[in-house]
Amino acid sequence: MGKVIVVTSGKGGVGKTTSSAALGAALAQNGEKVVVVDFDVGLRNLDLVMGAERRVVYDLVNVIQGEAKLTQALIRDKRVETLYLLPASQTRDKENLTPEGVEKVIAALKKAFDWVICDSPAGIERGATLAMRHADVAIVVTNPEVSSVRDSDRIIGLLDSKTLKAESGERMEKHLLLTRYDPARAERGDMLKVDDVLEILSIPLLGIIPESMDVLRASNLGSPVTLADEGSAPARAYFDAVRRLKGEALPVTVPGEKRGFFGKFFGRKAA
Amino acid sequence: MLTKPRPIRLKGRSFLALSLTPELPFEDWLAGLDDLAARSAGFFLRRPVVLDVDGLDIDKADLRKLVEDLNSRNVRVMGIEGARPSLLGPDMPPAMSDGRPASDFEPPDEGEAGEKQDDAAAEPVVAARPAPTQALASLVVTEPVRSGQSLFFPEGDVTIVGSVASGAEIVAGGSIHVYGTLRGRAMAGTAGNGCARIFCRKLEAELIAIDGFYLTAEDMEPDLRGRAVQAWLEGHALKTGILG
Repeated sequence: MGKVIVVTSGKGGVGKTTSSAALGAALAQNGEKVVVVDFDVGLRNLDLVMGAERRVVYDLVNVIQGEAKLTQALIRDKRVETLYLLPASQTRDKENLTPEGVEKVIAALKKAFDWVICDSPAGIERGATLAMRHADVAIVVTNPEVSSVRDSDRIIGLLDSKTLKAESGERMEKHLLLTRYDPARAERGDMLKVDDVLEILSIPLLGIIPESMDVLRASNLGSPVTLADEGSAPARAYFDAVRRLKGEALPVTVPGEKRGFFGKFFGRKAA
Repeated sequence: MLTKPRPIRLKGRSFLALSLTPELPFEDWLAGLDDLAARSAGFFLRRPVVLDVDGLDIDKADLRKLVEDLNSRNVRVMGIEGARPSLLGPDMPPAMSDGRPASDFEPPDEGEAGEKQDDAAAEPVVAARPAPTQALASLVVTEPVRSGQSLFFPEGDVTIVGSVASGAEIVAGGSIHVYGTLRGRAMAGTAGNGCARIFCRKLEAELIAIDGFYLTAEDMEPDLRGRAVQAWLEGHALKTGILG
C-alpha cells in the first residue's frame, strides 16, 4: 500500500505545485513509483510545471465521473519512468469533485503506487479539504512571512480536525517545508527567521528551499527543478527533504549559513 | 454631541433550572405533582422550570394544555426542551437545548413542615447532609491552539500547554493559563466572573478580556509585549502586569 501525501498551504503562490512536482520527481529519481495528483480543478498548473500539458487527454474529473479509466488519465513522465501525473480538469466545475469519487480514485492509486502526492489548491474550501482528506502525511508549504505562516497554522488546524485520520482519532503526520527562503533578506530582517516560523507552527521541519532563479527557470521549461538541474541549491534541498520524508535523520541546514557549523543546526526540529 | 461610544457588554450567565419530565397520561402525572406541591407549599415558587418533553407522543394542543395546567398550579415554565419545532407556537415558552445535567433537587419529605422540626433539634446539625463540594471544572489542552480554532469552556479554567496562534480564540468561564505564547484572543470570566485572570508566558495577544472588559493589542503597554504577563480586573479596569 502506498503512502498518500498532501502538499498544502492555505495561501496561494507559496510553492505548492513547484514542491509537489519537485518532491514527486525526486522520489521517482530514487526509483520509487510516484503519482502526482492535481486537485486544483479549474486552475490546473501541475501539468505545465511537469511539462505534460500537451499530453493531457483525460483528467481527474473524467475519472471520478466514470468517463475515463484511471489508466487512461494517468500520464507517464518522459524523463523518469516511475513518475506519473493525474491532471486536474481545467474546464469542469469543482463541484464535480465528489468525496466518494475522490475516495475511490485515491484507493486505486494507493494500490498501484508507492507514493501518491496530492497537490492541493489554495484556500480552505472543497478542493483543499478533499485533497487532504485521505492523506497519511501532510507537507505544509510556508514562506517566511506572517500571512503565509498564519494561513499555514489554519491549515494545520484543519489537518487535525477534518481529515479521515483525525476523525478516526489518529494523529496526522505533519511536516513543514519552508520555501522561497532568501538568506540575504533574512539577514536584513525583512523575513521571518526559521526559528520564529518553527516556534509559531510547532511542527517538524522537512526542509528549507532557498529562493532561486533555478526554480523559476525550471518551471518555465516544464521540468521539476530536481530534474532540470540536479546540482542546483533548490534541487539539493528537495533531495534532502525527500530523504527526511523517508525517515532519515538528516540535519537541516539554513541556506547561507555554513553547513555543520559546530553542529548548531543538528536536530533542528520543533515538537 | 458625540462622545466616545460606550461598548455594549455582552455577558453569558447560567442559571440552574428545575427540569420536569411529564409522563403520559398527563392527568396522573399532574395528580402526582399536586401531591408533591401539597407537601411543600411554594416548592415551585420563584424556581425557573424547564419542561422536558423529549420522546413524548403529543401534539401542539396537548402541550399547550399542559403548560396552562402547570400555570394554574403556579408552575411557570420558562422553556421547553426536546420538543419538535412543530409543537411550539409563538405564544408558548421558547425551545431550549444544550442543557447540562446538574445535581438533583431534593423533593420535600413528607410532613417536613411540622413534626420534623422536633427531630432536627435532637440531631446534631453537622450530620444533617454535608454540603456537596464540587471541584471547579478545568480544561487542559496540550496542543497548540491553531488560527481559526475557538475553544469555548464556560464551566471553568482553561490551561494551554502550548501557544495560542494569531486568529485563535479562547473563551473561559474561569481563568486562562497559557504556557506558551498568547498571540490570539483570550476572554476569561465570561460568565460574570470578575475574579478570573489571564496568565501567559509570552504576551503577543490580539485581545484580552475579563468579564467583558477588554484591551486590544493597541491599548496594551508596549513594554509588556513578549513578556510573561498576567491580567486581572480592578473595579471596571483591566490591569496588566509582568509576572514573577
